[in-house]
Amino acid sequence: MVERFYRALYRIRRVEEEIAAVYPTDRIKSPVHLSIGQEAVSVGVCEALRQDDVVFGSYRSHALYLAKGGDLKKMIAELYGKVDGCAKGKGGSMHLVDVQAHVMGASAVVGTTIAQAVGFAYALKLRRKDSVVISFFGDGAVDEGVFHESLNFAALKSLPIVFICENNFYAIHTHQLLRQKQANICERARTYGMPAEQVPDNDALRIYEKVSEAVTRLRSGEPGPRFFECLTYRLKEHVGPNDDFHLGYRTREEAKPWIENDPIKRLGDQLGPAQRHKIETEVDAEIREAFAFAERSPFPEAAELYMDVFEA
Amino acid sequence: MKRELSYVEAVREATDQEMERDPSVIVFGLDVDDPKAIQGTTRGLVEKYGPERVFGTPLSEDAMTGVAVGAALAGLRPIHVHIRMDFLMLAMNQLINIAAKSRYMYGGQVQVPIVVRSMIGKSWGQGAQHSQGLYSFFMHVPGLKVVAPTTPYDAKGCLVQAIRDNDPVMYVEHRILHFQKGPVPPSSYTVAPGKARITAPGSDVTLIGISYMQLECLRARCYLESADIHAEVIDPIWLSPLDIDTMSNSVRKTGRLCVVDNGWATCGASAEIITQILERLQGIRPVLVRRMGFAPVTCPPTPTLEDLYYPNARTIASAVYDLVTGGENRWMPQENVELQEIQFKGPF
Repeated sequence: MVERFYRALYRIRRVEEEIAAVYPTDRIKSPVHLSIGQEAVSVGVCEALRQDDVVFGSYRSHALYLAKGGDLKKMIAELYGKVDGCAKGKGGSMHLVDVQAHVMGASAVVGTTIAQAVGFAYALKLRRKDSVVISFFGDGAVDEGVFHESLNFAALKSLPIVFICENNFYAIHTHQLLRQKQANICERARTYGMPAEQVPDNDALRIYEKVSEAVTRLRSGEPGPRFFECLTYRLKEHVGPNDDFHLGYRTREEAKPWIENDPIKRLGDQLGPAQRHKIETEVDAEIREAFAFAERSPFPEAAELYMDVFEA
Repeated sequence: MKRELSYVEAVREATDQEMERDPSVIVFGLDVDDPKAIQGTTRGLVEKYGPERVFGTPLSEDAMTGVAVGAALAGLRPIHVHIRMDFLMLAMNQLINIAAKSRYMYGGQVQVPIVVRSMIGKSWGQGAQHSQGLYSFFMHVPGLKVVAPTTPYDAKGCLVQAIRDNDPVMYVEHRILHFQKGPVPPSSYTVAPGKARITAPGSDVTLIGISYMQLECLRARCYLESADIHAEVIDPIWLSPLDIDTMSNSVRKTGRLCVVDNGWATCGASAEIITQILERLQGIRPVLVRRMGFAPVTCPPTPTLEDLYYPNARTIASAVYDLVTGGENRWMPQENVELQEIQFKGPF
């Protein structure tokens, strides 16, 4: 278990670090919203899922895409704007998709995919499927009307969906308490008629246990939805590869406990050096290969511009 | 004798037949399952197909549009019904940013086969927010198809087409057209996207009427006949994609074009149609152009002002008379009450 989680977390972290390292070369042709610091939520949730369970995300979905089994090579090629990207270079970092892995989309407009996740869950219920949908969004999305409309409808129809609010406390540079009178996201979810629980410590294993239990219940036909607010922390700037503590909207002191409590470090410490070395070597090789794949892949031909507007 | 249905009955029959044929078709929206059943267009559907496939929704146009998109991503074919087109403004993010773009921004991996039905109101003091014809907003955006059928025949065929279409279709109805009767085949059929229809032949001027204004254009044509002016009337039917071939071929013949929109002229459907026709015909045929639409103000409910707000058969006829004869003639035909009874018979 620890090995599996460490591999998943380390892999995402290293991918993101590599993106940050390459970014100044301008070979990545897309704004990047890195998930460094927040990997535990995606990993904890997705380890509890089956391949046919469905996820929807936000513009900060690198971790979600990878944790759910999205193709790494295609993701990097997408960031490079190459034709072998997961959307042929027509989506970019903010719209990662992998239909085979049931990563069904991500939106730059905050909160927008919450409603699509609910609609997908409606279809699953109508068709008597036992797969579930997970909707990922941030604390900023809680400000949006679509969050409230979607939760209301999901509860009204008892849909097989788990809402995961990744609360990293900031919408770009604005703290939650400058946007919301009270830090009571779970309480708001409960008022719509669903169980809601906060997971405060960025602990992938704890998130896994809780989501596993919820998903098992939903599969067995227990009425949904379920809601989890996972507190976490973004270590890089809102968009881009750098730190941003110099901006002054948050302090290094605030970040300190999150860095000390880094789940990758915690899990890594539980592994033996040989075990750890093996995982890291394998993952590093996979990442090198993915970036080389993206470098080699061609840019799309001109004819691609007009493809996929409508069905051919 | 050919069977006649009202527009409402045609919409209902198309929905019923498609729901029967394809279990992935679902219908939802405010009040689709209530006793009035959206003017009758959804009557009996909940009884026949059950509340999972036909349901009224919370007043959440934004999220419910997203629900339609998500259900479509999962393989359903949702029809989302809005009793007023004005209410679509609450759904713009999901329509423009997701429904229109998903196929493209996900590299062709997904499709969003949704139909968004909405209705434009007119008269009875509908006023500012029950009267808007906002289809040009959707024509502007790649990835959406837009259709505004005006006859019961096209209402059925276009709706069947829209439901089977694998891309999002904005299906625009007009409350007054709901009352129109006309021949409608009992069996299922489709009216293909991007094909306009010449609804009345003529040689002097091409008169293109969109949505309800198609009806006023047909009336105007009768007035113009009395002045020995023969207008060819065209119903674009599909506003996106537009059938510029049919429309420009007519203008090539007549050399005169008047587009009457059921909306404002600025940046509207009429502007787009005229531009595309002129682009096609420049250097080939000089064309005299006129466009008409709502007065560039908010729709007033009081009848004296509302009458001035909308083009009607007589003002259209007057404008076309000037276009054909040249200059300002101040010609205005006598009101003919019999023309109020004009109904779409269609060429079928």
